[in-house]
Amino acid sequence: MAAFNLYTRGDKIFGWANAVLLTLFVLSTLYPFIYILAVSVSSGAAVTSGKVTFFPVGLTLAAYERVLSDKMFWVAYGNTFIYTFGGTLMSLLIMIPGAYALSRKRLRGRTFFNIAIAFTLWFNAGMIPFFLNMRDLGLLDSRFGIIIGFACNAFNVILLRNFFEAVPKSFEEAAKMDGASEIQLLWKVFIPLSKPAIVTVALFCIVSRWNGYFWAMVLLRGEDKIPLQVYLKRVIVDLNSNDEFASSLLNAQYSFETVTAAIMVASIIPVLIIYPYAQRYFTKGILLGGVKE
Amino acid sequence: MDHRFREYLRTLGEDLKRDWQLYLLLAPMVIWFVLFLYKPMDGLQIAFKDFSIFRGVAASPWVGFAHFQELFNNGLFIRAFFNTIIISSIGLIFAFPVPIILALMFNEVQSAVARRWAQTVVYLPHFISVVIVAGIVINFLSPSTGVINILLKWVGLEPIYFLTQPEWFRTIFIGSSVWKEAGFESIVYLAAIAGVSPTLYESARVDGASRWQMMWRITLPCILPTIIIMLIIRIGNLVEVGFEYIILLYQPSTYETADVVSTFIYRTGLQGTQYDLATAAGLFNAVIAFVLVYSANRISRKLSSTSLW
Repeated sequence: MAAFNLYTRGDKIFGWANAVLLTLFVLSTLYPFIYILAVSVSSGAAVTSGKVTFFPVGLTLAAYERVLSDKMFWVAYGNTFIYTFGGTLMSLLIMIPGAYALSRKRLRGRTFFNIAIAFTLWFNAGMIPFFLNMRDLGLLDSRFGIIIGFACNAFNVILLRNFFEAVPKSFEEAAKMDGASEIQLLWKVFIPLSKPAIVTVALFCIVSRWNGYFWAMVLLRGEDKIPLQVYLKRVIVDLNSNDEFASSLLNAQYSFETVTAAIMVASIIPVLIIYPYAQRYFTKGILLGGVKE
Repeated sequence: MDHRFREYLRTLGEDLKRDWQLYLLLAPMVIWFVLFLYKPMDGLQIAFKDFSIFRGVAASPWVGFAHFQELFNNGLFIRAFFNTIIISSIGLIFAFPVPIILALMFNEVQSAVARRWAQTVVYLPHFISVVIVAGIVINFLSPSTGVINILLKWVGLEPIYFLTQPEWFRTIFIGSSVWKEAGFESIVYLAAIAGVSPTLYESARVDGASRWQMMWRITLPCILPTIIIMLIIRIGNLVEVGFEYIILLYQPSTYETADVVSTFIYRTGLQGTQYDLATAAGLFNAVIAFVLVYSANRISRKLSSTSLW
């Protein structure tokens, strides 16, 4: 549309109005982040007396010092790294070979397996049976349980399978001429050719692992095993109404609000680092995934 | 029959021998799906049993539909069911159009650089965890230090403790969900817009159409099939709400408007250990969800294959 230069006055007004409205939307998306950042570097006293709305007041890093000196914060941060990398690796190790096998048209029982996997998109047993099953499998309060229990999902399998199916036959035939086995074919031909799909799925896994809290909260008991999001939930949500805790945090330099804001900023930073890649691949992945059975 | 069966076994043996490597690659994933998604379905029978965790599933006696009767006589469950539908429907009316409008607006931005920056910003909240979103909401709405109440004080109004008041819950929940997801959801519509043929705009331009007219008469009708499909999917998900987020935001004083079926299941089952009753509630919801999703899918397939548009 950029090719048109013959704008009437009405068109110009339209263009400006659009730009203004969109700018407002962008700013209102951005504002909560700015606010949290401003609170996290303001003095506790300034926040408590309601002075902080946009710019930091009484600039200080005291809240960050308080957060970074909390041992639990680091334990939770470390756990999140374990769950994110362990979980993503496990997902790829199980789903790539599986999706590859399902992409081979001659595989007997292929339709059955495909339907059985797609069915889980429409129906699952639900929260309680899943929980009791994890209990039966002895995976309560277990790091391994968190890593294995959420390794696959039908959407990602279908995305990978569709991509493998679209790999041109000629590559495969050339490799077969050289006498490659199926496993070699997957490793030497399909995986290198399917990098975009694999990176997309890996990023889906990383983001959902990093952000996931619900099942970690339900399944894990040990303080030493909880991930960052559960730690955050305890501090921000559960302790919010706990005045005693809030006032224990109150000194001139930091307060409950500045400390929680600092934790939030600290946990967003890794997301911001991978965000440029994630954005690019997610856009593609969403469109690739357009779930065709 | 016997002959056919033997023939079947013979070809099966041959296929297994030929493709053993593929089955080996497939095996871990099949085992995973059986162990973590299909095996729990066996546990659904406790919805019809007087389940005790010590007796185990098999040894617990059958009680028929007793749990379902109990649910339908339970005012709290009925309330949760209607809250689910109300929250979804309000979301359908107010949240569903936002990504469409955003996509249309992005499409009208002339500068590619400005457009890319705007998109980068509005997609961002999608990548932030619900815990942080809840934290931001709590911070924002805090009666003493939150920015919203600071603004209310400036204009001379009394501060409101939003999160304890049931009449505010739905607004807060849907508003913050729009903030989190609307930008990202616009991707689907932008893709549809990218597929609109440029010749349509060129000929409209020749006929003297304004940009506003082209947006209404060309862009919007061209992405209507996508809108309809997204709408159908949304209707299919009518009984699913983001309960992981609700759990973070609600509190006993707002249960009246905030408690949905999944949060009811969480409290009765996981916090209250009434596993059988909670499973019955989950099964009830899952069956309705399945019927809705299945019919939605049927309708969408019909619409997109007959290409009504």
